[in-house]
Amino acid sequence: MIPYKKNYSTRKKRSQTLLFALFSLMSYSVIGILVLILGFIIVKGIGVINWEFISTAPEEGMTKGGIFPAIVGTFYLIIGSALFAFPVGIMSGIYMNEYAPKGKVVQFIRMMTNNLSGIPSIVFGLFGMALFVNTLGFGDSILAGSLTLGLLCLPLVIRTTEEALKAIPDSYREGSYALGATKLQTVQRIILPMGMPNIITGLILSVGRVSGETAPILFTCAAYFLPHLPNSVLDQCMALPYHLYVIATSGTNIEAQLPIAYGTALVLILIILIVNLLANVLRRYFDRKVKTN
Amino acid sequence: MNKIEAIDVNFFYGKFHALKDINMQIEERTVVAFIGPSGCGKSTFLRLFNRMNDLIPDTHLHGQILIDNQDIYQKGVAVDELRKSVGMVFQRPNPFPKSIFENVAYGLRVNGVKDESFIRQRVEETLKGAALWDEVKDKLKQSAFALSGGQQQRLCIARAMAISPSILLMDEPASALDPISTAKVEELIRQLKKDYTVIIVTHNMQQAARVSDKTAYFYLGEMIEYGETKRIFTNPEKESTQRYITGRFG
Amino acid sequence: MRKPFERIIERLFACSGYITSVVIILIVVFLFREAFGLFKSPAVEEGYTIALNKNNKVSEDQFHAQTLKLVFDSEITNWSKLGGKDEEILLFRLDDITNYYSEDELGSDLENVPVCINRLVDSMPGIIAFIPKLYVASNFKGRLIEDVAITPADFLAGKEWYPTSTPSAQFGLLPLITGTLWVSLFAILFALPFGLAVSIYMAEIAPMKIRNIMKPMIELLAGIPSVVYGFFGLVVIVPFIQKIFHLPVGESGLAGSLVLAIMALPTIITVSEDAIRNCPRSMREASLALGASHWQTINRVVLPHSFSGITSAIVLGIGRAIGETMAVLMVTGNAAVIPTSLLEPLRTIPATIAAELGEAPAGGAHYQALFMLGVVLFFITLTINLAVERITKQQKS
Ligand SMILES: Nc1ncnc2c1ncn2[C@@H]1O[C@H](COP(=O)(O)OP(=O)(O)O)[C@@H](O)[C@H]1O
Ligand SMILES: [Mg+2]
Repeated sequence: MIPYKKNYSTRKKRSQTLLFALFSLMSYSVIGILVLILGFIIVKGIGVINWEFISTAPEEGMTKGGIFPAIVGTFYLIIGSALFAFPVGIMSGIYMNEYAPKGKVVQFIRMMTNNLSGIPSIVFGLFGMALFVNTLGFGDSILAGSLTLGLLCLPLVIRTTEEALKAIPDSYREGSYALGATKLQTVQRIILPMGMPNIITGLILSVGRVSGETAPILFTCAAYFLPHLPNSVLDQCMALPYHLYVIATSGTNIEAQLPIAYGTALVLILIILIVNLLANVLRRYFDRKVKTN
Repeated sequence: MNKIEAIDVNFFYGKFHALKDINMQIEERTVVAFIGPSGCGKSTFLRLFNRMNDLIPDTHLHGQILIDNQDIYQKGVAVDELRKSVGMVFQRPNPFPKSIFENVAYGLRVNGVKDESFIRQRVEETLKGAALWDEVKDKLKQSAFALSGGQQQRLCIARAMAISPSILLMDEPASALDPISTAKVEELIRQLKKDYTVIIVTHNMQQAARVSDKTAYFYLGEMIEYGETKRIFTNPEKESTQRYITGRFG
Repeated sequence: MRKPFERIIERLFACSGYITSVVIILIVVFLFREAFGLFKSPAVEEGYTIALNKNNKVSEDQFHAQTLKLVFDSEITNWSKLGGKDEEILLFRLDDITNYYSEDELGSDLENVPVCINRLVDSMPGIIAFIPKLYVASNFKGRLIEDVAITPADFLAGKEWYPTSTPSAQFGLLPLITGTLWVSLFAILFALPFGLAVSIYMAEIAPMKIRNIMKPMIELLAGIPSVVYGFFGLVVIVPFIQKIFHLPVGESGLAGSLVLAIMALPTIITVSEDAIRNCPRSMREASLALGASHWQTINRVVLPHSFSGITSAIVLGIGRAIGETMAVLMVTGNAAVIPTSLLEPLRTIPATIAAELGEAPAGGAHYQALFMLGVVLFFITLTINLAVERITKQQKS
């Protein structure tokens, strides 16, 4: 009665098989790109990295020596931005999920947070230069760089905090209130500890983000070359990503500098790998813990 | 003649034994109601007839399901061919994000019908059969989401009917609807009996009594009792059935 | 004791809650503050001036950055074009002085140059001279054009970005914005088929185990710093392109697009995978129950249902590409020309800021122009974010 095509079912199946094969091929090629990039940098950089490389300063116009000051600089920037962004971001997330009137206010804050996270890092660089370096007079400094980077990763911290807290069922809050605890006590004793594992995952990822950003520190902090380590927050510092950029693009002696560039890239990659691995392991560990509870 | 036959059916979600030793025969052009407390396996059983449970990973079936004396779980059975003859209507109306017309035409198109004039004719025919034509004939191009819940559910029934299956499976088709829409859907089901074998899962005892010829009562994965609806509701053999029915009637 | 303490802490939470809003407002304020002077800054290099014959009645408003450049490039050759008399324009730069005067006349210490220039400008009705203020004689008989402005039109419609151009610096947005859009567009074109394929594969086809491996790998792809992408592009993709297409240099729009495509992939994949996953199971089942194959279900039900989510993914990907700085800076060659092919170098807005801000003295026109680029970039990305916001809101209702 219905004019079905003959063998349509097998034709359907055949084209599906072909298409799905194509999709999986494309997916594996994307993974292949990742492996290629990581593999390339690991293979080229592994021979460069040794104790001397990570523990000494660049020498002879950055054609020899190590990247110690850049590692230290990046470390300072991570600490500096974390000191600013973690508490503020977590408090902001707490406010959004626990205190702010639901509906319009939360929506507004979330929209602004999304907007902030969409702003290109170079614009953060411009802003940091205008506000911290020039207006507040911090000059090119670790302080200015850290604050700029802190602003940059703020949305990430806020969002993970909010999400972590959202996942906690209201029954815990009610249970706490029922025992006469105040809102702050509930947040402090029940909500935050429960959300902490997921919050920490977000914090770790934001450390990864901070350690790789170049554009925001170009004009707020990063130094091309410093023979000594910074000794106050108002000093400039070197940083790994900027160092890589400098030796990769404005080298005068490409032959000699390229290995150092590979080594620097590998150190950056290693940081990211560790950060991602840590975040994933933690996430899995806590997921399991929640499930077995 | 038996349209559907279930022989020693056991079904597992992983290790969970969801259906236990079920045997059942369903005659052609009858309406059979599945009743029982929630979680007892009605949907699971229903979804065996169009192999919908295949989609859930880590499930096993022991036993046979025959439709027109063919084991539908045999190797070599094309699942999409099977589903062409076994239509399904779900608990919540779930129209596609397409126009009313395209919702009904969908089944034809995905099964390779290209003849547009046939499709147009068939859509009209089906919508009339589902008593929806007069309500939607002027807005066939509009999104199906613009319809009311009851209209959406009747559209979903029409969608299932369009490829003219011989069996219609309905999983609590009226549970999300208001009383007036429910009445319309029930009326439609009574009409359908002329052409289709209908299996309907329902929580609503009166509904089962109103629309079905036979009723099966399930409890904890077992089929406790199966027989003429009238008899089940007036004179059940098993105490468990009795309790369930009277419990519900209050 | 407890109460006031709690209240203070709660205030603190609230303040933190609004920090992102405050930061956005501050960004707007500070970008504008630094950028705004651009249209008041002189376009002519510090210490130089433009001089005309005293009888030249062309209105001072005619002289702004772009016209001045056209005049000195001999693309405008007659004063009538600028509303003056029908008279040839005679260009004069300081170097040209030897065409008119001998070395003796100029004096051994060039002490007579002001006098010579004064005489020259006075005697040539069609002259336009670009000279150091130093050489303007105290009894100068010509007409000095004191402020040559950079107008909004010079910025928005200017076809050249050439901050050190003389006599007037050129801050034309067009080559930069077209360069930005050009690489971003192609990046998305390259990334989209792969992004969609991966998201469909991960959401619909891949077994749970494979997905659980792929997901963190995609996150890793998102986590790689942009300098590392830029570096990889520089040492692998750029030479590769140079070789394949036999180009003089491999730094090109194509290299930029490829790198950006890889960088945009994680955004596209995660957002559209979420959208695909969000398609209700009941809708999928309804399709399968009608005899549709898995692919038919994906193609005709799941993808249309996820349409707005996938659109968000694309728009977000474009946003990422537009704002990306370091990688693009390293591989596109940074030639500020309006792009016509993918194989030529080009330059984007973020790359321009990153490359030039270090050399632009604070408060100067160049500095302000770079902040103006920041303003443009900010509003482009803000528009994109608001668009995504709107799309997702629609999706929810
Ligand atoms: N996808 C699934 N995976 C595991 N267990 C399931 C799944 N679907 C249903 N079950 C279990 O099987 C039993 C029967 O479910 P179902 O057939 O949906 O019941 P009913 O439709 O009668 O309410 C329930 O205990 C339910 O928890
Ligand atoms: Mg059910």
